[in-house]
Amino acid sequence: MSPVLFWFLATLSIVAALGVVVQRNPVHCLLALVLTLISIAVLFIGQDAVVVGFLQVIVYAGAIMVLFLFVIWLLNLRVETASTGRLAIKFLGAIGVAALLAELESFAMPARLQVKFSTTHAAGYGSIEALSQALFSQYLIAFEVTSVLLLVAVVGAVALARRSTAVEVQERAEQLARAEKAA
Amino acid sequence: MTLELVVGAIEAILMVLIGLQLAIFLLYFERKGSALIQDRVGANRAAITGLGRKLGLPNLGIVNTLMADPVKLFTKEDFVPEGADHFLHSLAPFLALFPVLITFVVIPFGDTITIAGHTFELQAANLDAAALYLLATIGIGVYGVALGGWASNNRWALLGGIRASAQMISYEIAMGLAIVSIVMTYGTLNLQQMVRAQGGVWFGFLPRWGVLVQPLAFVLLLTAGVAESKRIPFDLPEGESELILGYMVEYSGGKQAAFMFTDLAEQALVAMMLVTFFLAGWQVPWLYPDGFHLPGGHFIAVAPLAISIMGVIAFLIKVVILCAFLGLVRWTLPRFRYDQLMRLGWKGLVPLGLFNVLVTAFIIVATGGAH
Repeated sequence: MSPVLFWFLATLSIVAALGVVVQRNPVHCLLALVLTLISIAVLFIGQDAVVVGFLQVIVYAGAIMVLFLFVIWLLNLRVETASTGRLAIKFLGAIGVAALLAELESFAMPARLQVKFSTTHAAGYGSIEALSQALFSQYLIAFEVTSVLLLVAVVGAVALARRSTAVEVQERAEQLARAEKAA
Repeated sequence: MTLELVVGAIEAILMVLIGLQLAIFLLYFERKGSALIQDRVGANRAAITGLGRKLGLPNLGIVNTLMADPVKLFTKEDFVPEGADHFLHSLAPFLALFPVLITFVVIPFGDTITIAGHTFELQAANLDAAALYLLATIGIGVYGVALGGWASNNRWALLGGIRASAQMISYEIAMGLAIVSIVMTYGTLNLQQMVRAQGGVWFGFLPRWGVLVQPLAFVLLLTAGVAESKRIPFDLPEGESELILGYMVEYSGGKQAAFMFTDLAEQALVAMMLVTFFLAGWQVPWLYPDGFHLPGGHFIAVAPLAISIMGVIAFLIKVVILCAFLGLVRWTLPRFRYDQLMRLGWKGLVPLGLFNVLVTAFIIVATGGAH
């Protein structure tokens, strides 16, 4: 991938990621997060990981972020107007950020000088064939265990949701019975 | 390399223009065609030039429907309601339209064409993972309508936006399952290779079209596609009788036209997807790279350039026929109720899609695999 494109996408993703934290309107934050995810997906595609890039857009940007949007609407989150935190906390936070940046500088700067853009991969690298070969032979157990884990999570969520409604229904029935008795 | 880029860019612009033209055709068909189908008084006699009647056809409404209508739309006042999020209110129509328009570039609209010694694929972007690209861009399209509904500061609009996003996410799953079974059948995600695999014949006369291999997937993708483009019978997000116009209610003029065009362009896109996956794309029945091999042993030689052009024309004819069919569906069926819509999606289409994937897998394993 060309260095110009890389720097553009890298800057875009970092600026958008900052937007997620800095903006006060939750829906704007969510849109910034979508922008971050899409620019990272394009970075994946530019480095020949085409399938991973598209899956990132389909799953994260296209499905999970829409659920986030639902949650924002469900909780009726409004624009944050109140000032966040005391001055002392902000001061401490600024020191922490400065320390982190200094650390990044000392570790990452020598490495940055060696960034290589001319990566040539073997034919078929990152293709769906190569990915499926790896997933269904080398990493088969991890893959299957992960899918079982997700299934457990889904079943657990459904069970929790159903139990709370079942309890409510029972309570409602008891209330009705009590009311009838009183009458 | 540069030549290929230029040709690719020209083809991409061409595809977007074809998509927009189809959307205009559908808009015209929706206004005038529906009125004529339902024999509405007014539409069947209003005429300015009277050209249709002179030709012995019904009134075509070239001036009043095809020309005056868009002029009216784009000269209306652009209105942003009080308390609305100005930025998102303006951004939403483009967020809706943009993903649909960029999807057209992966659809193959012809075989290769050879001009002056250079051979070009008649497909703007020949992606190896094109089927995934389709799902990705369609998934991104949710944001436009959802945010349009939210940013309008109107409860009907918000309800419409929520309905639209819930509906699109639900039917994306059925659409994905239908596409998975097609991908399994052809063993590739590349749309051009899928179309090539649909060339040739069975038993000496029957074209190898995908609809004969995957009839259930065709029905699934057709249904999910209509739901995805939010058209009747799945136009719950608009639902005039309950939500006025749903997520579009606070939009006027050009922005409202952009939303309307999104639905129509999506309908054209669904028609193109169906043609590519099931109706053999640009393949003309019995036409091979050297000419027609008609059933019964007849042979008619055709020049290579003519074959390329005939492929493009065949693709366009198939797409227009399917677009007209989708328009007919729109003016024939009544709207679903919201619970019926969700039941059809989750309890009807998704299990059927899973069943279809399972059967496809069994057949592939039993017959020795696609490879």
